[in-house]
Amino acid sequence: MASNVLSAAASASPSTSPVTDLLKGKGRLGSGNVGSLFIKDKGNPFLNSKSCGRISMAVAVNVSRFEAITMAPPDPILGVSEAFKADNDEKKLNLGVGAYRTEELQPYVLDVVKKAENLMLERGENKEYLPIEGLAAFNKVTAELLFGADSPVISEQRVATVQGLSGTGSLRLAAVLIERYFPGAKVLISSPTWGNHKNIFNDARVPWSEYRYYDPKTVGLDFEGMIEDIKAAPEGSFILLHGCAHNPTGIDPTPEQWEKIADVIQEKNHIPFFDVAYQGFASGSLDQDAASVRLFAARGMEIFVAQSYSKNLGLYSERIGAINVVCSSTDTAARVKSQLKRIARPMYSNPPIHGARIVANVVGDPALFDEWKAEMEMMAGRIKGVRQKLYDSLTSKDKSGKDWSFILKQIGMFSFTGLNKNQSDNMTNKWHVYMTKDGRISLAGLNLAKCEYLADAIIDSYHNVS
Amino acid sequence: MASDSVFAAVVRAPEDPILGVTVAYNKDTSPNKLNLGVGAYRTEEGKPLVLNVVRRAEQILVNDESRVKEYLGITGLADFNKLSAKLILGADSPAIQDNRVTTVQCLSGTGSLRVGAEFLARHYHEHTIYIPNPTWGNHPKIFNLAGLSVKTYRYYDPATKGLDFQGLLEDLGAAPSGAIVLLHACAHNPTGVDPTLEQWEQIRQLIRSKQLLPFFDSAYQGFASGSLDADAESVRMFVADGGECLAAQSYAKNMGLYGERVGALSIVCKAADVASRVESQLKLVIRPMYSNPPIHGASIVAAILKDSEMYREWTVELKAMADRILSMRQQLFEALSARGTPGDWSHIIKQIGMFTFTGLNSEQVAFMTKEYHIYMTSDGRISMAGLSSRTVPHLADAIHAAVTCST
Repeated sequence: MASNVLSAAASASPSTSPVTDLLKGKGRLGSGNVGSLFIKDKGNPFLNSKSCGRISMAVAVNVSRFEAITMAPPDPILGVSEAFKADNDEKKLNLGVGAYRTEELQPYVLDVVKKAENLMLERGENKEYLPIEGLAAFNKVTAELLFGADSPVISEQRVATVQGLSGTGSLRLAAVLIERYFPGAKVLISSPTWGNHKNIFNDARVPWSEYRYYDPKTVGLDFEGMIEDIKAAPEGSFILLHGCAHNPTGIDPTPEQWEKIADVIQEKNHIPFFDVAYQGFASGSLDQDAASVRLFAARGMEIFVAQSYSKNLGLYSERIGAINVVCSSTDTAARVKSQLKRIARPMYSNPPIHGARIVANVVGDPALFDEWKAEMEMMAGRIKGVRQKLYDSLTSKDKSGKDWSFILKQIGMFSFTGLNKNQSDNMTNKWHVYMTKDGRISLAGLNLAKCEYLADAIIDSYHNVS
Repeated sequence: MASDSVFAAVVRAPEDPILGVTVAYNKDTSPNKLNLGVGAYRTEEGKPLVLNVVRRAEQILVNDESRVKEYLGITGLADFNKLSAKLILGADSPAIQDNRVTTVQCLSGTGSLRVGAEFLARHYHEHTIYIPNPTWGNHPKIFNLAGLSVKTYRYYDPATKGLDFQGLLEDLGAAPSGAIVLLHACAHNPTGVDPTLEQWEQIRQLIRSKQLLPFFDSAYQGFASGSLDADAESVRMFVADGGECLAAQSYAKNMGLYGERVGALSIVCKAADVASRVESQLKLVIRPMYSNPPIHGASIVAAILKDSEMYREWTVELKAMADRILSMRQQLFEALSARGTPGDWSHIIKQIGMFTFTGLNSEQVAFMTKEYHIYMTSDGRISMAGLSSRTVPHLADAIHAAVTCST
């Protein structure tokens, strides 16, 4: 069979040969067999043929060079939304989504964002390339928002701020810098943490390990374990910390605990690396949510901070964020910034303008800034409201005496329910509640109207499934 | 508290050579200064241009109350991807009909090249990429960081200021089987020298016979000749033979969307199921780099490409830009002829696209900057898009002086 194909192809005219049929996807010679045959046969006549005209169609016949590529597994978080879409039950609830929803469970574009976009359109600004480090006005307001406009790190120009592609892109720039300038240094990430953290460090070839964080027994922080593990790490490690609203647990250290974390980091000459994706979104206050970062900055430490405007300004798909590196001197910050630019240039050359301009307009204009704060308080307030209602529903319905107060103690978009995988599956299979297998629910996807239903589902899953 | 910085070993990186030209230009206070450095289109008045059809599309998008800013999928805006594949491969491309193409939205040309290169470094058996000499300065950096090793093939012949076709064929002929080859789809940057269609056909045969993997960089579709189809001919030729290739597409120049960072990577595969697996692996490259791409520019492109009236309007504005560049070429050539500037300057009208490789050396370039406040890259490349009828005489004077003065 194979030899027939070879000789047929060698004399074939492009329009009618079985080879051409193969190219067109018709006719099968057994999946994969045809390809491997051609690859093994080094004396393949039409690959060496000099009659270029006739072989112009046939030359390409061999297996795909990508034949051996396997199907990658779907992203664990995005898969939840896909399953939700496929479910036709009217009681279904999507608590996988890491994006804010209104009480009507609709996506939300902030009013200040719409205002800013209209202003931008009226002004008719051009679409020229930004510099590699991004929009200067954006970088300025971003650093001020994070550290406080009156912070010495700002007045002493000790922060290297580079606009990045939201939180992910900013983390990636920092990771590449770490790989280049701190060879062999490890990053410690919390157990658990956002699923993409390890992917970022893996792709940047930065070694990582975990520090204890979540205590399933208390559904709270394993503070002793955290401190022990940070202490045990080799000197000069990078410690990845969630500035506020820890993802996925919703469990944050207290201010006293933050002081102790800073102590041990300084003791071991570690470098703190904050991921700030929820400033203002967690408590409703921009300053309060930045307290952890500012505590470290006030101690004169050198710090990495990756920042995102996806949630707090609802700019998810605009991909707007920044990497900030607090350094010990102005000159150091300038050098670090220049090296961050060197990393960005061969990745995407310069960052996208649209989201940056929106942020610069909102954060840089006193009236819009105040309006933003109000909208943010509203969003954070709605989340707190559903937490309260969920807690109330659980407490009143659950007769076992189990303490559900962790729901109120946790903060931000997510809550770790303490449900295990089987119990989470029960939530989905029996109750049509979609969540991630680690027991995480997104409060942003919950509204007051559904709290009682969710409470029933949680109580059933917790008590009746193991 | 430690007074030593952990960043003590971090040295200051030099300014990017191409972008550094604009930095220097901005510092110059001369009223006659001329920026012929970075490749961004300028009007006859020397101003940046936002296309009318882009403004229209943007207005529609911003006014649409139903639009939200939810995360795109990792591969980006689906409409945008489909339309982009059709734009480069042709609406009736059998590869598209057979579902053999995977297209993912990326951050303009750079991002598309980087994602494609990372994918190849992970999943392709050959990790050497051949790039033309010369090429865009960012190419080798992109490929190196992605994990590929970079070799060059002869391309530009300084003696003819044209294509060193024999050298190209020899060098690609000597490449190991399966090696990756970077090809500029049209309007080669920085030289403006493109193969003829006949030469493209020979290149294609050589590449296929050696099972080299073509990776197209298409940053000027429609911008080079004024015709979207003509400027995609090279890519379509390769796809027509049923073989595999990669194509990085940018909308920075042809839609003037520079700062929005809109582009696409297409990988044409032998079979639909291969394309589907390839796409799943592209997602694994993208997710830890930036999770998902920015929506704004892609929405503008999709709105224009899917509406026949806006599409038509776009082609008219695109042709106007391309025609203005052609006119600048003609005017500069005539100005040099009129001055009797020594040398053959016909390459100015033979080369195509935004850039002209003048053939001036770095001393001559430095002279032109110092004495005439002309800013350009030291390899002698000028951006024709930065010229106007008003400024052509000044440039011609500068070239004339540089060539006739002994330095």
